[in-house]
Amino acid sequence: MGVEGIGARVARKEDKRFLTGKGRYTDDMTVPGMKYAVFVRSPHAHARITGLEKTAAAAMPGVIDVLDGQQLLADGIGNLICGWMIHSRDGSPMKMGAWRPLANKTVRYVGDAVAIVVADSVAAARDAAEAVVVDYEPLPVVTDPVKALEAGQPQIHPEAPGNLIFDWELGDAAAADQAIAGAAHVTEMKIFNNRLSPNPMEPRSTLGIYDPGDDHYTCYTTSQNPHLARLVMSAFYNVAPENKLRVVAPDVGGGFGSKIYIYPEEIVCLWASKRTGVPVKWTSDRTEAFLTDAHGRDHVSTVKMAFDGNSRITALKVDTIANLGAYMSLFSSAVPTYLYATLLSGQYDIPAIHANVRTVYTNTAPVDAYRGAGRPEATYLLERTMETAARELGISPAELRRINFIRSFPHQTPVIMNYDAGDYDASLNAAMAAADWDGFAARKAEAEQRGMKRGIGMSCYIEACGIAPSAAVGSLGAGVGLWESAEVRVNAVGTIEVMTGSHSHGQGHETTFAQLVADRLGVPIDSVNIVHGDTDKVQMGMGTYGSRSGAVGMSAIVKALDKVEAKAKKIAAHLMEADENDVVVENGELKVAGTDRSVPWSQVALAAYTAHNLPAGMEPGLKEGAFYDPANFTFPAGCYICEVEVDPETGQTKIVQFVAADDFGNIINPMIVEGQVHGGLAQGIGQALLEGVHYDPESGQLLTASYMDYAMPRADDLPSFNVSTSNTPCPNNPLGIKGCGEAGAIGSPPALINAITDAIGHNTLTMPATPQKVWAVANAAN
Amino acid sequence: MYQTNYHRASSVQEAVEMMSNVPEGKYLAGGMTLIPTMKQRLAAPSDLVDLRHITEMRGIMVDGRSVRIGAATTHEEVATSVEIRAVCPALCGLASHIGDPHVRHMGTIGGSIANNDPAADYPAAVLALDATIVTDRREITADDFFTGLFETALEDGEIITAIRFDAPATAAYQKFANPASRYAMTGVFVARRDNGEVRLAVTGAGSNGVFRHRGLEAALAANWSPDAVANVTVDASDLLSDLHASAAYRANLVRVMAKRAVAAA
Repeated sequence: MGVEGIGARVARKEDKRFLTGKGRYTDDMTVPGMKYAVFVRSPHAHARITGLEKTAAAAMPGVIDVLDGQQLLADGIGNLICGWMIHSRDGSPMKMGAWRPLANKTVRYVGDAVAIVVADSVAAARDAAEAVVVDYEPLPVVTDPVKALEAGQPQIHPEAPGNLIFDWELGDAAAADQAIAGAAHVTEMKIFNNRLSPNPMEPRSTLGIYDPGDDHYTCYTTSQNPHLARLVMSAFYNVAPENKLRVVAPDVGGGFGSKIYIYPEEIVCLWASKRTGVPVKWTSDRTEAFLTDAHGRDHVSTVKMAFDGNSRITALKVDTIANLGAYMSLFSSAVPTYLYATLLSGQYDIPAIHANVRTVYTNTAPVDAYRGAGRPEATYLLERTMETAARELGISPAELRRINFIRSFPHQTPVIMNYDAGDYDASLNAAMAAADWDGFAARKAEAEQRGMKRGIGMSCYIEACGIAPSAAVGSLGAGVGLWESAEVRVNAVGTIEVMTGSHSHGQGHETTFAQLVADRLGVPIDSVNIVHGDTDKVQMGMGTYGSRSGAVGMSAIVKALDKVEAKAKKIAAHLMEADENDVVVENGELKVAGTDRSVPWSQVALAAYTAHNLPAGMEPGLKEGAFYDPANFTFPAGCYICEVEVDPETGQTKIVQFVAADDFGNIINPMIVEGQVHGGLAQGIGQALLEGVHYDPESGQLLTASYMDYAMPRADDLPSFNVSTSNTPCPNNPLGIKGCGEAGAIGSPPALINAITDAIGHNTLTMPATPQKVWAVANAAN
Repeated sequence: MYQTNYHRASSVQEAVEMMSNVPEGKYLAGGMTLIPTMKQRLAAPSDLVDLRHITEMRGIMVDGRSVRIGAATTHEEVATSVEIRAVCPALCGLASHIGDPHVRHMGTIGGSIANNDPAADYPAAVLALDATIVTDRREITADDFFTGLFETALEDGEIITAIRFDAPATAAYQKFANPASRYAMTGVFVARRDNGEVRLAVTGAGSNGVFRHRGLEAALAANWSPDAVANVTVDASDLLSDLHASAAYRANLVRVMAKRAVAAA
């Protein structure tokens, strides 16, 4: 490793512009003639639209036009779709209800878009939006996913009788039932996974520009995957054919999954730009973000875990109801199925697993992937159950896990996944040592003296990243392939541009991807530019989510670099009159191995473009592209330990220490990995302790629509994290990378709840473990 | 925000005159509640009359144990006042935990009291310190001033110019913050006079805003010790219940915060 190569703690190249206010986000984009949009949104959670009067609004000062759902329909703009087909266990396809970008007949959640106002200023658009009169006939509302499946509840979509979208299963029910019937012990739990709002720092924004001269559209948008946005808007929403639509996702201030999806606003602003003849920009305010950004989680599950007389798990049976909200968002169906039930084996050798998942419509915001996406739900369920089982069986939580760890690889689980590498004892041991697990009893006794209840809890998580082998996900219902692309363009002076289909919205790709190039070619990272986020600049790519940019995106760059290096060696060999097999790349030079003959990288690049003296028949230039389709998922894993003190008088939980011992395979930049873990832990701790989306069950109004009521983690809610990594390299990609973006959010919630329930001596506690809840549970226990 | 007209007053008299000449005016102090409310279009005053630049409304005077705080004094000025700290450090501590540094440099004591947010900190102090609210036309005792949620005894156009109180022998404030907003979910300010009289005011918990808890006051007057609150019943039926805290939980917090305030005093 060089000072700038793989494994180096290189300071982030992009931070200069972010920290000095020079980032360029969608809302910073300004084009001549641009006007501003405000959406008219439903104040009802469920209602029929019986009339829409906009004449007065359209006549207000500064208003250019007010456009509604009837006009959108008349212009042939299509429904929003879910791109992953799931079949119910009876073989029937999922029941997808129509999602109009502007509702024209029925609104199904508070915030559902009904009309768009385009005006000279945001203020004028807002004034006019208030003057649009929509007549609603309110309909009964259901927000709770369990209740939504009961008889006599409001019917939300005609396409989905009883609000059931699909009733899916994975695994062997008979084998699981048989093992449970014959078990020495069965641990049963009911598990709630609370609904979360994603809260990226930058709210969603879009700028639609229609150019009548070329009949061409440009869409600036807050997207994690601009090419996918272009594909979906072209192929399904009938906005414009791909060659007439450019999508640009410039600097994006965080996504956490919520910016994967194409939302109504992007489509409507593009369409409105053509209808009005002006570029149309919309930026969400924070309350709109709470109302309309796709939420995460929201599962209700029951679980049975069976053990033999030696505390070995013999079966796991899970029944989950997942709330998908009012409409099926782009990947919503995949999250509680193939991103969830496939991880239910955890780090354990479980012979029989069966999961039944029912997804339901409710009058709430759409639910889709949020940092971890399915894997936090699986981990929380499994690790809460393991901890509970350890308490019931009277053995230490570490010992129960050790008894059941998978130790031989590859390991085929009963739920599709084939784990390629791992060492779960290593992370468990590292975490326990770092947390001074053995000294806990003394610390607990000391805390007792101060009237505080101290508890400790662990969580051994596994996740599947590097999403994903295209043929495999295609066979499971995915509408797209999940490969990645790269193009390495060496300039005539030897500097390098890398076009990547990955998209950075905080991950630091401009640094880590440049480190890879620097490591391979021995050039300084300042001579490497990473280009992403613009469909006019970058070849088709699949974007960033599911911790895939390292394992998949960088693997594509490796493949392209292989080709560049091969050609450069041929040129260098020709220039030095040597055999190309003897040429090596070292410190920015191409050398004949074992000699002092070399040519600098820049000279090879120049030779490629002057083309005065190239090997016979060689094309000029030095630019190569590659597509990489992964052979398998990757499987990051680790052990998290949380220690808390609970104030029994108030129920307030203080996290005394938090230890994370992760195995991410090989690491490109340890500093960035630590940052990812810190951020993930903050979000996981947020879920466990503070965050929760609440709707009024009667009216369907969102009660947590601002930071006055939605509790985000702050610095003083968090301890100083103790993080470390061990490494079993991933055997299935060229860099041995597993991915680290989601681990913190996946592994931390169960560790925290296990610690609190240990402290208060009562196991019935749901997330978020607010002071009120902990106080109530602790006092009920006494 | 809807359009509004801004006026800057340089004297109390000028502010009153300005207000009398506009249709739907609002006085603007720190604006820490009013401006966000206007931005959300929940308030739409035709005119704002800014009181922050009126010299006679600013500043802190301590004479012996007598304290006078100009209504336009910021939380930061109170938090860092050496003079107040010498006679009533509990008030400095309270001010230093309002909102965040931005809020503390903009928000004012007069604005906070006039707004009477049921979760604001200052009303508890003003009530427990038996303070007098001085306006442009009269003086109002704290017991008469706070009349309900966001309701006070102020008349239309009346301006708070100062807060006066005699520093107690000892006092303390304990706040349990709402995990989301960090406003007081329950805050207790307790003050004890040399003659043994105890006043204890609760903010953040009452369904009718800030209130004195006579049962706790009596128990503490009889026995000034944290243990004295143990057997006092706090009736949950008069307390707020919301997403974050039930009335029963708030009743518990009133007792716990009272106990801790006495211990800290």
